[in-house]
Amino acid sequence: MALNLKKLSHKPEMLAPGHRACSGCTAPFLIRLALKMVDDDEKLVTSIATGCMEVVTTIYPFSAWRCSNIHSAFENSAATCSGAEAAYRVLSKRGKVKEKFKFLAMGGDGGTYDIGFQSLSGAMERGHEMLYICYDNEGYMNTGIQRSSATPKGAETNTSFAGSAKPGKEQHRKDLTACLVAHDIPYVAQASVHNIRDLGDKIYKGLHCGGPAFLNVLAPCHRGWRIGVDQGVEYARLAVETNFWPLFEVEKGAYKINYKPKTQLPITDWIKGQGRFKHLFNDKNKHIVDELQAETDRKWKSLLRREAEALEDAKAAAPASA
Amino acid sequence: MSTTVANQKASAGKVAAQEVLGLTGNEAAAEALKQVNPDVAAVFPITPQTELMHKFAEYVANGAVDTELINVESEHSAMSATVGASAAGARAVTATSANGLALMWEIVAIASSLRLPIVMPVVNRAISGPLNIHCDHSDTMGCRDLGWIQLYSEDSQEAYDNMIQAFRIAENKSVMLPVMVTFDGFIISHTMERVEIISDDKIVRNFVGEYQPENYLLNAQHPVTYGPLDLPDWLFEHKRQEIQGFLNAPEVIKQVGREYGEISGRSYDLLEKYRMDDAEVAVVALGSTAGTAKAAVEELRAEGVKAGLVKIRCFRPFPGKEICAALAKCKAVSVMDRCISFGLEGGPVFNEIRGAAYGAGLKVPMVSHIYGIGGRDINVTQIRGVFEELKKLASGGKIEAVESYVGLRE
Repeated sequence: MALNLKKLSHKPEMLAPGHRACSGCTAPFLIRLALKMVDDDEKLVTSIATGCMEVVTTIYPFSAWRCSNIHSAFENSAATCSGAEAAYRVLSKRGKVKEKFKFLAMGGDGGTYDIGFQSLSGAMERGHEMLYICYDNEGYMNTGIQRSSATPKGAETNTSFAGSAKPGKEQHRKDLTACLVAHDIPYVAQASVHNIRDLGDKIYKGLHCGGPAFLNVLAPCHRGWRIGVDQGVEYARLAVETNFWPLFEVEKGAYKINYKPKTQLPITDWIKGQGRFKHLFNDKNKHIVDELQAETDRKWKSLLRREAEALEDAKAAAPASA
Repeated sequence: MSTTVANQKASAGKVAAQEVLGLTGNEAAAEALKQVNPDVAAVFPITPQTELMHKFAEYVANGAVDTELINVESEHSAMSATVGASAAGARAVTATSANGLALMWEIVAIASSLRLPIVMPVVNRAISGPLNIHCDHSDTMGCRDLGWIQLYSEDSQEAYDNMIQAFRIAENKSVMLPVMVTFDGFIISHTMERVEIISDDKIVRNFVGEYQPENYLLNAQHPVTYGPLDLPDWLFEHKRQEIQGFLNAPEVIKQVGREYGEISGRSYDLLEKYRMDDAEVAVVALGSTAGTAKAAVEELRAEGVKAGLVKIRCFRPFPGKEICAALAKCKAVSVMDRCISFGLEGGPVFNEIRGAAYGAGLKVPMVSHIYGIGGRDINVTQIRGVFEELKKLASGGKIEAVESYVGLRE
């Protein structure tokens, strides 16, 4: 489905204004968009992991959710959602629920890459018809900016300081999207908050693929990235233009890159304005910048190869033309 | 017989036909689940609970139930999925033991705080470590303050009966709390016993009734938010509401126990007083040990000793007043705990009863016997030994040690 922005603007907002997210936070926008990606005859049940988006959207007695939402704990958004989805199947079968429902689980990168990884893996493996969206801001931002396995190498956080002995985070980030591709589920994709059409399409596809789906969305946190309040979307864009965060999707195992920069920008264009990387711009740490560039290039090339493979496979599978 | 036995046969006319089967505790609990046919069951294997869920999975595979079975990847996810299903409006169950219960701990507390009427059989097993798969009560005693009703079962029959009643108790609108039905690992879970089951599933389903959720995620007309951030301005009030559920629960448990008696011939109370009317020396026990203690009491009675037993069926809410009333005429009491409360003198049940005794003005000499840890056997002779100690206390002997151990090599 190509996203029709005009039509979208007439859909009711399902995340009420008045939530307590920081100004300039990119995640509420992602949720607002996601909640509109159901058809008119579909209702939505959402589950959310403990984290920024949970605490800013619900503080008793207030809730910003105009669809049903459940928050249970930090690591179990997927398992909780899978239970609700199972309940839907059986209650529909038993004639107790008549309406059509879609299921959306969410979590930040801490709740998805790290503590919620097992719960997510289990829910995906079991084949629940649900979309899991990770809003990835590359760290535990809700607890005060600590490193997660999604934090890029070299980034400074409150548990990976840049000091005389350490240069910030010492490991490259985990490729969670690849982990989810390995689950052989119908739909896996990466998206970014700066590209609304691409993001909306992917959410819609994920919710309507007939099985488990996973969407990893880069959603910058200006507090944690040490950028301007108004720069979140711009830094999401730069992550894509540098190929640090490629936009791609994997449908039934076939890779498709949804956006290829005409000219790939150097990784420094993405990291140079971010306070969390500022210590990398001296001679001592230059090798880390080089490593970031090399890793970005290596991953991009690998992605290109996988896309080429998918094209080959599609060609081989197509009936021979006359 | 002068004793009051809770499992009295109700008037024969109303009792539904019963089928007599040889069942293990696990099978008996699975049979109850089959008859109830819950909406969702989320399960993960752990010894000694496994057989229960094998049996239930077989029912699912054969179409004996049409429950949605979720084979989760951990107990943490078992309880999480059960919470999700229950909040969505389903009658949801899971089952576990020991370390499984420990792994789901966090969500066990969340389930009760969200007032979800989940039913969970817990097959009692020692919490690691080191690893031990046999029975003690360190698992369920350890989570006694997590907001679940706890019903302990003496045998397979009670496991079956408690399972059926648990749904009615949990889902009662004045209660709305999750219920754990516990039975001793291996001793009950794997021992085949004579069990009477209600022959007609419909009678069970009728007794349990349709689950009618009030606020649930799948209500298309009234979406709900479950589990919002609950800060210092509200959490206390919400906990107070949870307390109210526990305050309301005893009457509901008794009422359900009476009504269950009408269809099964086996009625239930919060506790069972066995030969307590004139008892001078008494032990308090729960789980399978109550059965062993009954045998000891019978032997002693035959020898002219006025011995009795108080069996706690409902440990949460704690029937402190009822226990103290039952013990009021005793001259010495032992509370037998299959659990250690490290750093505290006496086991958890002992300390709760001693606390209740203070409020009730009960000044009977009371001691704590810790036994059966990690599946260590407890037999009639050993319980008679406990009574021997009580006899000395009853005739003016001094308490030498409040806490002592039965069947321990030192």
